[in-house]
Amino acid sequence: MRKISLKNIPYLEELHEVNKVFNLKKITKNTRTLAEREVHHNKIVGSLEEAVHRVGLQNGMTISFHHHFRSGDFIINMVIDKLAEMGFRDLVLAASSLTDCHAPLIKHIESGVIRRIETSGLRGRLAEAVSDGLMDVPVVFRSHGGRAGAIEQGDLPIDVAFLGAPSCDPYGNANGYIRDRDEGIMCGSMGYAKSDATHADKVIVITNHIVHYPNTPFAIPESDVDYIVKVDEIGDPAGIMTGATRFTTNPKELLIAELASKVIFASGRFQDGFSFQTGTGGASLAVTRFLRDKMIEKSIRASFALGGITGSIVELHEQGLIKKILDVQSFDLRAAQSLRDNRFHQQISAGYYASPYSEGTAVNQLDVVVLSALEVDTGFNVNVLTGSDGIIRGAIGGHPDTSFGSSVSIIVVPLTRGRIPCVVKNVNTVVTPGKTVDIIVTDHGIAVNPLRKVLRQRMIDNGLPVFTIEELQKKAEQLVGIPKPIEYTDKVVGVVTYRDGSVIDLIYQVKQ
Amino acid sequence: MKQQLRRTMLYVPGNNPGMIKDAGIYGADCVMFDLEDSVSLNEKDAARFLVYEALTSLDLGDKEHLVRINSLESGLGLADLEAIVHTGKAVIRLPKTETPQDVLECEAQIARIEEAAGLPMGSTKMMAAVESAAGVLNAREIALASPRLIGIAIGAEDYVTDLKTTRSEDGVELLFARSAILLAARVAGIDAIDTVYSDVNNEEGLRKEVQLIRQLGFDGKSIINPRQIGVIHEIYTPTKKDIDHALAVLDAIQEAERKGSGVISLNGKMVDRPIVLRAQRVISLAKESGVLKEGVYAQD
Repeated sequence: MRKISLKNIPYLEELHEVNKVFNLKKITKNTRTLAEREVHHNKIVGSLEEAVHRVGLQNGMTISFHHHFRSGDFIINMVIDKLAEMGFRDLVLAASSLTDCHAPLIKHIESGVIRRIETSGLRGRLAEAVSDGLMDVPVVFRSHGGRAGAIEQGDLPIDVAFLGAPSCDPYGNANGYIRDRDEGIMCGSMGYAKSDATHADKVIVITNHIVHYPNTPFAIPESDVDYIVKVDEIGDPAGIMTGATRFTTNPKELLIAELASKVIFASGRFQDGFSFQTGTGGASLAVTRFLRDKMIEKSIRASFALGGITGSIVELHEQGLIKKILDVQSFDLRAAQSLRDNRFHQQISAGYYASPYSEGTAVNQLDVVVLSALEVDTGFNVNVLTGSDGIIRGAIGGHPDTSFGSSVSIIVVPLTRGRIPCVVKNVNTVVTPGKTVDIIVTDHGIAVNPLRKVLRQRMIDNGLPVFTIEELQKKAEQLVGIPKPIEYTDKVVGVVTYRDGSVIDLIYQVKQ
Repeated sequence: MKQQLRRTMLYVPGNNPGMIKDAGIYGADCVMFDLEDSVSLNEKDAARFLVYEALTSLDLGDKEHLVRINSLESGLGLADLEAIVHTGKAVIRLPKTETPQDVLECEAQIARIEEAAGLPMGSTKMMAAVESAAGVLNAREIALASPRLIGIAIGAEDYVTDLKTTRSEDGVELLFARSAILLAARVAGIDAIDTVYSDVNNEEGLRKEVQLIRQLGFDGKSIINPRQIGVIHEIYTPTKKDIDHALAVLDAIQEAERKGSGVISLNGKMVDRPIVLRAQRVISLAKESGVLKEGVYAQD
């Protein structure tokens, strides 16, 4: 080998990265086989505790979690229990969402392990406790797009992400399913976890299945992962998802779904190559069925379907009616299996889905979105977060993101639920501003945002039952009367942010 | 005068406020609040109050509402009549009618209540439901018993039990009863309404049964779930071909009248009275069901 002196290189000072001479002694070739390497050289650590030590978690830091295991999630409770045991305090819990299975967090909030929470939603006992003033620092609610945007921009910096994964290889390539078998925990897309993995300072994957390298195609690449912890159980399959979301047989939901599909046909957006998203909720999901029949009849194919994906969307894809699926969250086993098996069923991150800071974000390419609501008011503002009793019982999800991004946003909501009016003068909590909401579809008729004059005329021309939103509100009032106003204290328990992080509403403690 | 369609009569339990408040939204031709079999004995009073309030406070539009009362002999029927007749807003559906006397007894009570309430005499209409062998054999007399009657219906469950049989898929055991009731209705010039199809998840079975009763000549069917409305209306709605033919028949009549010709012909075939009546019925049904507007077929 040539003897090298750096000084012989002209203009060395301009070649910044060229600054040392090769040293053969530093090189040791590893002749171990793949099988041996997987065992002896990997990122797997012996315990959660060890992983926490290694990432250098400290009091007051922000830890993040995803909600792809829904109400079957074991990860959050497992990790916080361990952190409490290790004596951590004042942590910021930034989850993509929290649900009814996270009630055990109450004791960790009371004991000071968790100082504050960031989430898309809260449900069950934890939600009730927060509404009742459990926390000193209000919970910050963000939409899926708003959260991804805040993480990207550094407004919500994550110190350590603890990401549950149904499969992971020894280097951190993690996935929402196990490629070679159907058993085990399957959550399909890991879209919300992807954003955290990309931007968190440290990432710990917690899995119950270490699979062989390479676990491709992967949701999270090894380059984003620092440590892997193997545990026996990461969740309860029954709480994560069921086989296939069944279509509702509730006649009222079907009525609303059929009317919503007629609205889509009349909207001028129902053309070959259109794009759409249907949200959760019986009526919203059932719209797909009515769309299907009309798509076949009119030889119309959708270019893509977006969002939380269900088996009914997969069915349309496999029938050739939807060319591509962009999946940030798989709602049922059928969707998860399709993600694994179908080439044009693409897993996307929360940022790709709905970040407000990218013109190309998927929600901006939507022609039509159909969304549910708890309440809608005469200003077309939508509440998906607090119930008629003022207590938190929902999640923002992608509601404001898709409403803003889509060409036409359609909200499906019954005029009344039992004795509760759902079209009201003022919603309890504004989550999605009325300016971005186009059509309200109820079981008693539809209302079009006065800002959308052409759209309104199209609905009338197609013989749809168009009312003003005030008329619908009065109808609801006539049926069930005016509820007594909810009484609040002056304590703020929740801060509702819009996509850009600005505060759009506050949630107050309900007076007992 | 608008002809009242009765393709679908939606049963709504009279003790269920949630269902009552939404009964009108599904597009059934008629809504029927039930005070009888779907209401347990300890809820009879509550249901009566609830249905009374619904009739007097909900926006009913121009939809026909019926109330199935308890029989007079049950001891509950009279209170039902007192409440419902007073509203002046519902047709009284009599359960388990066996003889013309049943109709007359009820009519006498209605007339008394109308008079006491200052309602126009005869303004409360009635409908009789036949649910037994005796009722079927008396169908003609029942149908002719009162000018207040707007229709006669068959209730199959009790009837087949009375016959010592059960309901079958093709409904062969109901053939005589259906035919008897239909003939009685036509003799009296009132509507014939078929029994419920209770397997709400079997759309194919419902479709077959509705095709059968439409072919027999029934005007419509009682239903227990709003999901059944679409199928029934679809089968009862005249097709574009039916309508085009009917319009051609009516054109031929006008043409013949203009020419002063006594013989009407269409495409070389003579058009006689039954053909004209059928054509008129098709057009009337098409207009009422909304597929024919001002002579133009409204569906693409």
